[in-house]
Amino acid sequence: MDLQNAWNVAVKDLKIYTKKKSVIYATVAMPLIVGFAFPLILDYSFRRTGKVLSAATALGLMDTFSIFFIIAAAMVPTAIASYSLVGEKVQKSLEPLLATPMSDGDILLGKTMSALLVPLGAIYGGSIAFMSLMDYFTHDLLGYYYYPNWHIGAILLAAPFAALLSVELNVIISSRMTDVRSAQQSGALLMLPFLGVFLASELGFFTLNDTNLAAIAVALAAISAAMFFVAKATFQREEILTRWR
Amino acid sequence: MIDTENLTKKFGDNTAVDSVTLHVDEGEVFGFLGPNGAGKTTTVRMLACLVAKSSGSATIGDYEIGKKADQPKIREIIGLLTENVGLYEELSAYDNLDFYGRFYKLGEQKRKERIEYLLKLLELWDKKDSAAGTFSKGMKQKLAIARALIHDPKVLFLDEPTANLDPEASKIVRDFVLELKKEKRTIFLNTHLLDEAERICDRVAILKTRLITTGSPQELRNSLTGRKVKFQLQQVDESVSSAIRKMGYHVEDVTGNSITVNLKDPEKENPLILRTVQSAGGSVIFVTEVGSSLEDVYLKLVKGD
Repeated sequence: MDLQNAWNVAVKDLKIYTKKKSVIYATVAMPLIVGFAFPLILDYSFRRTGKVLSAATALGLMDTFSIFFIIAAAMVPTAIASYSLVGEKVQKSLEPLLATPMSDGDILLGKTMSALLVPLGAIYGGSIAFMSLMDYFTHDLLGYYYYPNWHIGAILLAAPFAALLSVELNVIISSRMTDVRSAQQSGALLMLPFLGVFLASELGFFTLNDTNLAAIAVALAAISAAMFFVAKATFQREEILTRWR
Repeated sequence: MIDTENLTKKFGDNTAVDSVTLHVDEGEVFGFLGPNGAGKTTTVRMLACLVAKSSGSATIGDYEIGKKADQPKIREIIGLLTENVGLYEELSAYDNLDFYGRFYKLGEQKRKERIEYLLKLLELWDKKDSAAGTFSKGMKQKLAIARALIHDPKVLFLDEPTANLDPEASKIVRDFVLELKKEKRTIFLNTHLLDEAERICDRVAILKTRLITTGSPQELRNSLTGRKVKFQLQQVDESVSSAIRKMGYHVEDVTGNSITVNLKDPEKENPLILRTVQSAGGSVIFVTEVGSSLEDVYLKLVKGD
């Protein structure tokens, strides 16, 4: 695999995204909402109602909100990954690309990189904002800075694997889709298992503590590694030119 | 430069290309003619290592199609203009070419020189910073040709280069291909436009899943429809045409005061016919050879197959 080739593909895709503002907005919106809006709304609502936030409630809310970074990681690459693959299919630009000396793996890696970089940047940027604002608002209440801690560490460890899994599934979905919107809608379904886990924890079936989050990160790493081979099998020259619809 | 031996491609039970054997010389412009669905694009895709052959063999230069180690090398020496231009519409003309130049390991300086050379040659230099999406169809096609040539390939595959273009844009592209011909580059031209093949190609092959025939346009015209000679007379009457028929020639057409006769060797046979016409009371004004077009040959072969 030639990393330079893959990087060239990624840079080209990123250049195109800068001209497709809607794709960028769709990608960065959710992580930034979680990162900025949650702490600000929380602070505003308590100030407005005059209620005193207990330390236990604050800790519970912070842990709950931070789970959204994994959900966002599974959801937001969909916008870019679908555009990256189905967009090329619609523009019929894959065949000339496949006629270059690059390997299928170079192209797939480049597409994966371009689909991961912006979402992960937004997720890590959002999480830094979240941690900073939450620490700022809760320092006096708790008497210490809650972040960084192992809980958010496990979440941010799981996030890239959730994002990678999302990209891989989008490669597979994109091979059967003919328009970007349908691919995005189908890809967004990946968010459902993550939401299911979140709701199950909220309903008390289990706790999303540091250990369980770390286990989720390991499971996501294993699933995304397995899915890579399925995505690679889907992303082959002959397959793309003759079977992709 | 390009050799195939019984090259075959099957998709399940459907045979798209059946036992194609052909040879293309270095520096030759080879036209690949056939109706839609004849297997032209599939053949090019096999030669460009985009789809695997089902059986048979093929080589480009010293490299073998289907041999894994040779595939990147083949892609390095070929340029492919696909049927759909497939440009990145959001990127500028310059960036489109620059992106592709990187995959052929052209250094930055070499890339710049090559892009400037091609864009100037194709009269697109003034538009180098404009997004490809703003270009007309003809300009897009020219840019796609420049993309296929960015690494100065030895072999160029052009898949329907003038399809869907208006006559003016078609002419621009055709003229450019004729310029490339002067550079002695091997060009494999897929087309269903017979006039285009006739104007550009040294040799043509007619494909309808199987290869029907191969030869120069002139050879095909002569071998399949013979040669036709039109005798313009002052007045045509039945005695003249029946006199020609009695000589054993096929009178193909009698229109107004002209008679068209199929001949194998007009240089030898024309004087005999002239004498016969005069003996039959006819008076010849002029004699001219009527070229049967490649279209006649094509239709006869494809429909008669």
